[in-house]
Amino acid sequence: MEFLIERLPLYLEGAWVTVQLTAGGIALAFVLAMFFGILGTRSGRFPRAVSTVYVEVFRGIAALVIMFWMAYALPIATGFQLEGRFAAILAVGLNLGAYGAEVVRGAINAVPRAQVEATVALNMSWSQRMRLVVLPQAWAQMLPTFGNLSIELMKATAVVYLIGVADLTAVAQQMRQGTGETVLAFMGALVLYYLIAQVMILGIRLLERRANRRLGRIPSDGGGLLGLLRPPTPAAGGGK
Amino acid sequence: MPPSDNRAAPAAADTDTPDTGSLIVFDQVVKRFGDLTVLDHLDFSVAPGERVTLIGPSGSGKTTILRLLMTLEKVTEGTILVGGEPFSHMRRGDRLVPASESYLRARRKTIGMVFQQFNLFPNMTVRKNLTEAPVHVLGLGKEEANARAEELLDLVGLSDKIDAHPTQLSGGQQQRVAIARALAMRPEILLLDEVTSALDPELVAGVLDVLRTVAETTDITMLCVTHEMGFARDVSNRVLMFDQGRIAEAGAPEEIFGDPKEERTKAFLRSVLDNGY
Amino acid sequence: MFWDFQWTWEVMPDLLQGLKVTVQATLLGYLIALVLGLGVAMLRRVPVLGTLVHAVMEFIRTTPLLVQLVFVFALVPSTVTALTVGIVVLGVHYSAYTAEVYRSGIEGVAKGQWEAARALSLPAYRTWGAVVLPQAIRKVIPALGNYLIAMFKDTPLLLAITVTELLAMAQRVGNDEFRIVEAYTVVGFLFLLVSIPSAFIIRRLERRYAAV
Repeated sequence: MEFLIERLPLYLEGAWVTVQLTAGGIALAFVLAMFFGILGTRSGRFPRAVSTVYVEVFRGIAALVIMFWMAYALPIATGFQLEGRFAAILAVGLNLGAYGAEVVRGAINAVPRAQVEATVALNMSWSQRMRLVVLPQAWAQMLPTFGNLSIELMKATAVVYLIGVADLTAVAQQMRQGTGETVLAFMGALVLYYLIAQVMILGIRLLERRANRRLGRIPSDGGGLLGLLRPPTPAAGGGK
Repeated sequence: MPPSDNRAAPAAADTDTPDTGSLIVFDQVVKRFGDLTVLDHLDFSVAPGERVTLIGPSGSGKTTILRLLMTLEKVTEGTILVGGEPFSHMRRGDRLVPASESYLRARRKTIGMVFQQFNLFPNMTVRKNLTEAPVHVLGLGKEEANARAEELLDLVGLSDKIDAHPTQLSGGQQQRVAIARALAMRPEILLLDEVTSALDPELVAGVLDVLRTVAETTDITMLCVTHEMGFARDVSNRVLMFDQGRIAEAGAPEEIFGDPKEERTKAFLRSVLDNGY
Repeated sequence: MFWDFQWTWEVMPDLLQGLKVTVQATLLGYLIALVLGLGVAMLRRVPVLGTLVHAVMEFIRTTPLLVQLVFVFALVPSTVTALTVGIVVLGVHYSAYTAEVYRSGIEGVAKGQWEAARALSLPAYRTWGAVVLPQAIRKVIPALGNYLIAMFKDTPLLLAITVTELLAMAQRVGNDEFRIVEAYTVVGFLFLLVSIPSAFIIRRLERRYAAV
């Protein structure tokens, strides 16, 4: 225990890097998921094809491969050197964004046709329909899976350690080499990862509650902070 | 109230040349879904301010007519004119080409629709349901849209529900909000698609009362698909009996309900009455 | 053009050798995930022990596979090969996911089925083996398939524990010859070559089993 307490500042520094990478990755993945997900619901063949290519390519290649390519191949091919953190954010963002795009597409398509017809009857344009009606309703359905994907993304940021960024994993590795305390060194990092994930899960539940309230589905368990600790529905499968 | 003119009685199923006084003209309209022909070379027209009720067995194409007018479906053949402008197609030079989305939006401006299942937006309060489209589509100011919403909610008797969520309302209340929402767009034509069919029997009267008020206090042209024969008799100038994608019989409500000529009409009216409508 | 096709062609056998290791690790790891995940899902119905197992699995599921790999590799004696460690850790990590999939399938089996089995006084192994699992597993086949693809894409992490899978092989041959661009790009294409058809097959499975 003393071992960990002494080195806590170092772990927290590493965890902070991990949190930053996660936040950056989620921001990028979210934008990409929304853009390509919405593109995938357009009626034109070309936009749909663009969406499919993005999804299949970046879902099909491992985040680590994308990151190595960004970090090592890109500088040689273009002469442009990406900072390690950026390479990592790009890699996890592109990868999880592709999963997210499928979620967005599915959630938009799941909005009842009758709702879309009502927007036609009110003469809304496509962008008004999306902004005012379709996306707000699809949002509640996207959130649980977005939550799982965000955890996956957070875990995936650990790969930056392989290109020399001092994240939480790198700190653990450094501790082990410095002290020989393998179990403590790694358990320290794993517990911090676990805690980050739990905070994220809590945050997502808050968002889910808010989204459901906005749709007039008020949680039956009375709400409150305690209610957050219980999962709203048994989460099926994982994010992948 | 504008006249229902002299077009009431004759065999409307026959082709007649669209006259210029009509607001809505269907000219040889065919609608097919795959192999199924829903509308079969349909001709009819509606004068401004007229209230037309469409009756007939399910699958006879009544709802499809409303959906075509709302541009929720596209015609397979033929032309629809609204206010003299082609609806299913647009003019390019002297040819008609399939309508673009922006062209359709311009045409849709004058038309509103109320659906069987209400289709209120669950992500908005009643107020938002009534103001979002006026603000964003018509470009009304917030206050003006709000005032209009309050006025209309008063008309449908739901002023106290303005900040409620649709899920907190009964079916009948939701449908009254949906009527107010359609009226908030100030349509010239209002399409009513079986607006009481999804309601519990005790809630039907409230909705029909609202529609009677709308009919009495405005000159909106109304096309109404319904099984409520009493309502049809009270409100409409003309009743069209549909069967298999064609107009089987057309006439003033007294004629159709009091003295139907066609065997199909008689059979249909009998079955509707037997079912307790 | 800086792309060297000649070189790409020459190193292809090496890369395919790496791909072979990748596929091997995926399949063996998947086998572990399928079996262990099922065990975990069944154990979860046992009081106390089930909660405990769930907590451990939750911990495994919310922490990075990479850290778990490096951690376990540092712990085990050097007689255990890196590939073995990789396969086992990969399998255990993904069993946390497959357990959830199985669980949703088991919960989807109607209560009446359990009651009917009890009414017939079926022993536990017959209840599970003949009644519950055949119904539960059929429904979750597509979801399980998705995790096969997910695992395949996580195998490059094994390079962190010195397993010469596809990416590590590309790193080696690419660095030797200073042909990193070609090496990593080819790896990307090889990944797509496997994962796009696999995704296609999964979608077919989904359609087939969703209809039931």
